[in-house]
This record gives sequence, C-alpha cells and structure tokens, in this order.
Amino acid sequence: MSALAEASYLPEGLTQPAPMRDGMDAPYWEGTRAHELRVQRCADCGTHQWGPDWVCHACQSLNVEWVTVEPTARIYSWQRVHHPVHPALADHGPYIVVLVELPHADNLRMLGNLLGDPMQDIVIGSDVEAVFEDHDNGNPPYTLVQWQVTSS
Amino acid sequence: MQQTRRCTGGGGQGLATVCAVSASGADRGLRGRTAVAGVGETTYYKRGQSTDPEFVLVVKAILAACKDAGINPREIDGFCSYSNDRNTPARLANALGLEELRYSNMQWGGGGGGAAAVVQNAASAVHAGSANVVVAYRGLAQGQFGRFGQGGRRPAVRGEFAYTLPYGVMSPAQMYAMRTTRLMWEHGIDRSTMRAVALAAYHHAQNNPRAVMYGRPLDAETYDSSRWITEPFRLYDCCLENDGGAAMIVTSAERAADLSDTPVLVLAAQQSGGHRSGAWVHNPTDYATSSFKLGAQHLYEQAGVTPDDVDVVQSYENFTGAVVMSLIEHGLCTYENANEVLTFENLRADGGSIPLNTSGGNLAECYMHGLGMQIEAVRQVRGDSTNQVPNVNVSLSNAGPMVEIASTAIYGTTEALG
Repeated sequence: MSALAEASYLPEGLTQPAPMRDGMDAPYWEGTRAHELRVQRCADCGTHQWGPDWVCHACQSLNVEWVTVEPTARIYSWQRVHHPVHPALADHGPYIVVLVELPHADNLRMLGNLLGDPMQDIVIGSDVEAVFEDHDNGNPPYTLVQWQVTSS
Repeated sequence: MQQTRRCTGGGGQGLATVCAVSASGADRGLRGRTAVAGVGETTYYKRGQSTDPEFVLVVKAILAACKDAGINPREIDGFCSYSNDRNTPARLANALGLEELRYSNMQWGGGGGGAAAVVQNAASAVHAGSANVVVAYRGLAQGQFGRFGQGGRRPAVRGEFAYTLPYGVMSPAQMYAMRTTRLMWEHGIDRSTMRAVALAAYHHAQNNPRAVMYGRPLDAETYDSSRWITEPFRLYDCCLENDGGAAMIVTSAERAADLSDTPVLVLAAQQSGGHRSGAWVHNPTDYATSSFKLGAQHLYEQAGVTPDDVDVVQSYENFTGAVVMSLIEHGLCTYENANEVLTFENLRADGGSIPLNTSGGNLAECYMHGLGMQIEAVRQVRGDSTNQVPNVNVSLSNAGPMVEIASTAIYGTTEALG
C-alpha cells in the first residue's frame, strides 16, 4: 500500500525533525524509519489521537498506546505555497502542502506534501496514500511521510 | 456547586433568570465597571525602519497614553501584555519611576490572540481591586528581533513544529492558509468577499495619516493581479510586518468619569478557545473556525448587547479569510449571506452597514499585533477616528482569529448601558 520516495520533495537544508527529549513521540519517528505509520490510540476508550500527547483527549486516560494504521487517507485541505520564506526554498518554486484525514482512525489529521506536479489540481476528498521519504543523512536520520493521490 | 445552590435555592418567576445569569458568570462581569482612559501609539514604521529600540517604543507609547488620559505615569500600578512581549513590567516600572507595582500579567497563546485579552485581564484586575491604573501594551521591532514572516532557521526542531517545518510550513500564512481553504470549500465563501475586506482596510487607511499605507490606495484590479503568497492568500490578504508600540490605560469607570465627560467603558472582554483548539498538527475538533464561536456568546451576554447593536467593528486581519470567519462567528452575518453582505460598499465607514477596520487595521494601518485595532475601537466611541462612524455607542474589536486562544472586547458609551 505504501510507497518509497526516490528523492526528497523539498530541497535539503530545511529544518529537520527530531524526537522530543521526553520520549513522547519517539514511537512515531521510529515508525516512519520502519516505513510504518503509527498514531496514538487510547487503550481504555479506543479513540485514535493526533497530534501526540501523554493524555487521551477523549477520556483523560493516561493509558495511551501506539498503533500502526493503514497508511491511506483523504485530502481534507490544502495550500500551494508560492512565496518562499526559507533560503533553502528560495529558487525552488511552488510546492503543495496537504492536510489529510484518516477515516479508519477517527478522522485524525496529518500534514505533509502532495507529491507530483506542484501545479496539479487538488480536490478535497481525494484518496491518497503515504509515501515514506528517507533522509538517511539527517542528524539523526529521519523519514518524512508524504502523500500522493491514488484516485480523484 | 455554588451555582447549583443558587439555582435550586430560589423560587418563583425570577428563577430562570438567576440561573442563566449565574451560570455564565455575567452577574460578576465587567460590564461598565472599567474604562479605557487613554490610548497611545508611536509612529508606525515598516519593519526594520524604527530608529528607536523596541523598549523605547513601548515607553513612548505608554507616556503618550498617560498624556492622553491626563494622568501622571507614576500612577500606573499594573501591566498586561501578550505573546511573550520582551518588555517586562519590572523594567517598565523602573523606567517609569513607579513607587509600587501591584499587578503584572502575561497572556498565553500565540500570535495576536491576546490583544483583547489584555483588556480583559487589565479590566479584571481593576474590577477586582488588584490595581487602579493598569497599562495594556505591546511593542514590536521586527527589524531588531526578527520577522514573523520568515521561517525557522534552526537545524532541527522537536515537538509540534517537527510535524510542519520539514514540509515547508513555517510562516503564519502557511500555518493558517488551510483553514481558509476549508472555509471556502465548506461554505462557498468567494474570493470577492476576502477582497472586500482588503479594499475596505486600504480605503480607510487613505484618511489615516498614522497608517503605513497612507497614500497607497488599493483597487480591485491590483488585488486580483497581486502575487500569491500561498493559495488561497494573495499578497493583499496578508497583514503587514511593522515596528512600533501601542498602549491603553485601563482604570475604574469612576476614575475615568473624573478624567473625561465621555468615558469609554469596557462593556465586555472575553477570551475564546474551543474543544481541542490547541491540538497539534491542525487537529482542533472544529477546523475552519476563527475560534470565536463560544466566546462570542459570553461576550454579548456580558455586554448586554446583541450583534444588531454593534455600530462599528475592528476585526483582526492576520489574513482576510479569518476576518470572514470572525464576522460570521460574531453574528454579524451568516455563512449563507456572507458573500452578499460583506461587500466593499457595506464595509466602508462612510455609509456602510458594517463599518470594518476603520483605521486600516493590520492590513494597511500597522500590524501592532492587533493592539492598534483595540485603540481604533476606543477612538470610534470617543468620536475621534479618522474614519468616524456617526453616533457610535457600541464598538467591537476582536483579536487573533484562528489561534488557539482568541479574544474580543466591546467598548461603549455610558448610554450603551441603557
């Protein structure tokens, strides 16, 4: 279902992610390195949760687990960025950011880039699948989760 | 428990009223208890063009507000600011020679969501007797300390921003564009409605010599052909970046009445955040919202007015789409009629039905993190705006739409108390 990116969507030189020092979101970043999409789910009430937190926002349980979910979603919202605000993007041209929702995980939302033609038409509700984008030269190495349309 | 006892302990006809009022807290509310006795602003500069350091800008604004109020700066005994303002109450108290500092307060939350909350916090302190003369202030020198509109330069980031910065989402426009995309998709809001907000701001700035965009009018064609920042925002949908300082003097209504025959009362001031409004990575339960849906109800109840009573509106423009959300969520129009009601003609101070952003606002006067728009709301009640709306009794000004904690204040004349 998931795919592996051949090259990074945005140029090198942007701020890279790192796990939080208190360990809260380490399972997510370990998961992306393993090309798995992991999110939180409450062990007591079963609600999926994103972004990560120590506490279940639905029932206030502290018994929050990490689960691997099917890496598919649908587009919830989008933007096409034209004005760069970082030197690494100065000569890059437009790029697309999507907010996707995961219907099979309580409609939690995740953010990424939409792969493909940066000037493509974007349709809210389109099905997308995750693409794992490895950055093996990062410090530490990391993997981003990108999205690409599977149907329109 | 206290509320329950009050509701069940009464009887007869008045019971429902007592319950409704005590449940909202309006019986211990701010309505008419405090006033804005003076306002002060520095020259407003394009970012990086202030020759004064940020601290000096704040001191100048506070001294100007004291002079406007007719009080000695040494009467100040409290300070409120927001968004991690760098100019601390202790340093200001030193500089102003205060004998006693009784109250200081920092409003949490990002962006300009605190611009009306500082009025709430200052008014609450005065009403509670914690202090007598509280300054609400904000200073910004983006030339000195770095621009809001630029992205992070750190090599690595942890926490919430780890989920956005690597994808090229780092400036405020990039952080909030997708809420507007969703608003347009869910409710059919037109680009022309967002354009009307921009045109009204620039129209008003042409009469306001303080405005950074004074002498630089905007027409529809220029808006339509302006470059994309990030779709759906064009250049003129986005606020400015500026240097300057602004301050408001909040004191008791009694003291304000001694200082002026026409005091500007705080009718209500309210913070507003909804269910999981601060949830990370764009996961608030309600997404395409300005964050005002809940707070606006408390606001009007506290003020004792309805949206129909509002004579003039300052609605914080970080981005035009957020203004559309804010006006709807404050009950000034609806999702269904927003495209028809929010036209340039209707938003003008000279004859419009919803006079909007009459100083030019964050788009065309100055981005003083919204405090300038609170000051403009006060001016409308005093009758000394450069785009004065006739016979203003009720003047509303909101702050920081779409951020996790937004805020709104309503100012009014003594007549507005009924």
